[in-house]
Amino acid sequence: MTGIPFLSLAIWVPIVGGLLALATGSDRNASVARFVALFFALAGLAVSIPLYTGFDVSTSAMQFVEAYQWIPRFNINYVLGVDGISVLFVLLNSFITVIVVVAGWEVIQEKVSQYMAGFLIMSGLINGIFSALDGVLFYVFFEASLIPLFIIIGVWGGPNRVYAAIKFFLYTLAGSLLMLVALLYLFMESGGSFSILDWHQLKLGMDAQTLIFWAFLASFAVKVPMFPVHTWLPDAHVEAPTGGSIVLAAIGLKLGAYGFLRFSLPIAPDASQAFAPMMITLSLIAVIYIGFVALVQTDMKKLVAYSSISHMGFVTLGFFIFNPLGVEGALVQMISHGFVSGAMFACIGVLYDRMHSRQIADYGGVVNVMPKFAALFMLFSMANSGLPATSGFVGEFMVALGAVQYNFWIGFAAATTLIVGAAYTLWMYKRVVFGAITNHHVSELTDINNREFVFLAILAVCVLVMGIYPYPITEVMHASVNDLLKHVFVSKL
Amino acid sequence: MNFVIPDFYPAAAELFVAAMSFVILLVGTFKQSARHFVYTLTQITLVGAAAITWQTMDGQVNFTFSNMYVDDLMGDVLKLMLYLSVAAVLVYSRGYMNDRKMETTEYYLLAIYATLGMMVMISANHFLTIYLGLELLSLALYAMVALERDSARATEAAMKYFVLGALASGLLLYGISMIYGATGTLEISNVAQAIYHQAGNRTVLMFGLVFVVAGLAFKLGVVPFHMWIPDVYQGAPAAITLFIASAPKLAAFAMAMRLLVNGLFELAEQWQSMLMFLAVLSIVLGNLAAIAQTNIKRMLGYSGISHMGFMLLGLMSGVVGGDRHFALNAYSSSMFYVIAYVLMSLASFGVILLMSRAGFEAEALDDFKGLNKRSSWFAGVMAMVMFSMAGIPFFIGFFAKFSVLQAVVAAGYIWLAILAVIMSLIGAFYYLRVVKIMYFDEPADNTPIGATLDMRVLLSLNGLAIAVLGLLPQSLMTWCAYSLLGSL
Repeated sequence: MTGIPFLSLAIWVPIVGGLLALATGSDRNASVARFVALFFALAGLAVSIPLYTGFDVSTSAMQFVEAYQWIPRFNINYVLGVDGISVLFVLLNSFITVIVVVAGWEVIQEKVSQYMAGFLIMSGLINGIFSALDGVLFYVFFEASLIPLFIIIGVWGGPNRVYAAIKFFLYTLAGSLLMLVALLYLFMESGGSFSILDWHQLKLGMDAQTLIFWAFLASFAVKVPMFPVHTWLPDAHVEAPTGGSIVLAAIGLKLGAYGFLRFSLPIAPDASQAFAPMMITLSLIAVIYIGFVALVQTDMKKLVAYSSISHMGFVTLGFFIFNPLGVEGALVQMISHGFVSGAMFACIGVLYDRMHSRQIADYGGVVNVMPKFAALFMLFSMANSGLPATSGFVGEFMVALGAVQYNFWIGFAAATTLIVGAAYTLWMYKRVVFGAITNHHVSELTDINNREFVFLAILAVCVLVMGIYPYPITEVMHASVNDLLKHVFVSKL
Repeated sequence: MNFVIPDFYPAAAELFVAAMSFVILLVGTFKQSARHFVYTLTQITLVGAAAITWQTMDGQVNFTFSNMYVDDLMGDVLKLMLYLSVAAVLVYSRGYMNDRKMETTEYYLLAIYATLGMMVMISANHFLTIYLGLELLSLALYAMVALERDSARATEAAMKYFVLGALASGLLLYGISMIYGATGTLEISNVAQAIYHQAGNRTVLMFGLVFVVAGLAFKLGVVPFHMWIPDVYQGAPAAITLFIASAPKLAAFAMAMRLLVNGLFELAEQWQSMLMFLAVLSIVLGNLAAIAQTNIKRMLGYSGISHMGFMLLGLMSGVVGGDRHFALNAYSSSMFYVIAYVLMSLASFGVILLMSRAGFEAEALDDFKGLNKRSSWFAGVMAMVMFSMAGIPFFIGFFAKFSVLQAVVAAGYIWLAILAVIMSLIGAFYYLRVVKIMYFDEPADNTPIGATLDMRVLLSLNGLAIAVLGLLPQSLMTWCAYSLLGSL
């Protein structure tokens, strides 16, 4: 290892950048704040890239490890490290931050410095979540990342933003507080260690595992979100500004899923297996039922929000069938969903900035006035419905394949819902983009400008490349996933 | 009869403060116009006391005045926090009191006497010394609440405070007398010895314990002895509320340590179950009642009740089934909690004082509307305080809650920890509401925020301390644990 602390840089570069952006103060310096934000977002991405290029795919051990004492009083340490499961998310997060900064460039005119600072600080905190190897460090990043998004939804959000922001905050806090108790319990059981890797080896009885599993479930299920604790997500998405929606969908939802892999499965493997049928059932409900709910939405953002819940159902399904295909498929799906849902929300944001409406009924015939936009939007819609050669297909296919291995009918149920996914996405696309122009406001729309084209095109390239050649992504996660599954099948009783 | 000159050294800071109080009194009496001078003198007194305490802080436990008085590390650390918080109160309150024509010699003098009372409480090694310190503090506070003579609300608050406070003092004194009856001594270490040797009547001792705990609970303001808190917090001038809501909590913590841990440790199992009862009620009622408040002082009053309940959770986790192994961990978590609370309380009331001006009290939650647009820095400070109080990292409040919960879980009360976090969730709602009002609402009032430079600087430092100690809590935690080591 080179000795450059890339993980710490990935965490602290955006945070420092956020504080600097904040220091630019009032809106008179708005353009300074924008450039500071862009610079540090790019810097954050730049320091994340070596994590991938320097990653050793042959091992499942933690890499780029940094360890310092933080609070020796409770044996809390500042330990960072990534394995094949987490490294991609650090990269994805740093990438999405750049997109978000660019997406909010001209759109946000009020309190620009605070807006940009919120996203940068959140980006750093989220990188911290994915790389923390100490329970308390993880928790601290996990909780603290709520604050920026709370402020972002509440200040720059839609008409019902206050309700959505508070609901978002309290829902997620409710889950994570129970996790805190579980962390303290593990601290006691392990004889005074907060190290997540120590906990992976810790022997626990079934009762203790059950309690821990439920406490973590409370936290992560809300975050994913799984049925039936998903209700905060549509509200938060609908009210959040475009940037908030992008981050929430692309990264925010991945935190919960990541938590399952990092905590629930390896720390409480027996309980995870015991409760797998329940988890699979809830996942299938999310995939099927929420898919149908998405079908009837009249609000575009709500539709994509429900589609996110449905796609995340695939992810949790992939985790709890405990085979390599399922887990890797779920991880691919998470990355892909990061690009696709982020792009979908960005597209809706593009329309919303022009029309100030998210209602499907207000649109129709957009292709006539915005051909470039319509083409890109088409690609993302196809990816969202899982068309082969887009990234959306790879993950869903792998999970479905894994599910068939596990149980034919579960795989069958999951695979048929791909049809529902295609139905709601393409039907929305048809109603918004095709047909005759019925609303005269639509005829006044202008096509996307260069800035919008650039960030949508970059996302489009990501979606296509990942769909055509996913090997660079699966290659990275292979060793870690196999190790994790080996772990899950060794009983701790 | 031989007269032994006592060793004054361990009480040097107290003697200095007492002597300075006379100087301030004389200056104030003969130079009516010298308000600034009196203010400066008061601050000098606090700084001088801090210097003396710092100088005499040697980690030894020294007794003096026939063992009625003790100078130990816990006392020294708490006293240093005490000076700091009183000095901050004076800086924050100066403009406010001046605007309302209350910045008089009496105010500073009462503040100094209250400080002296708290110092005596912190360093007491005798039940009567504790009582004397407590009364000195309480009498000064009653008068301070009533400083705003023409306000019916303040007078009512003072009256309520006085009557209930006198009742609590009576309870405490009654309890002390029973303990004296049972053990034949009032010196704290002798009481502990006597109980250890099974001396005295157990029933009388238990009665005494109940009354002592009740008196203590009143001073801490925990349910069901909390009745005075909301009314006094709301009724008293904001500057005085700030005083009541900060430093006396430190003294009350010291009092709990001296009475319960040093004196009645043998009865720990008994008082722990009482404290558990008080803590649970406080956390539940404090958080639930705070939701319904529209007056921010009253809301912070209820929030303070729940915070004191949290602090008690630490105190009640010290002894598990006769095993005293956890004691240091548990008590130091409480001490950390109380110090964290004082820092947060200072900053929150500091912002209230900042927003108030002549003829305008920033009391209603709605007065904070759109503060982010008026002053994004102080909105940021207030938001940090609110998130900290709600227990969100990276702020000190998180680690305060964390260490207390850790002690509770270590003592095996998982259900209590779960209850406490559920109540924190409810608490988060009303703290978030303040953030919501400051950030999401439009300002109703665009008067620029005027405050003196020293107040702005200190308030900013106070806010930063909440954030920095949240990032690096280790040193303060170690100090708490280390300072308690000598007292256990």
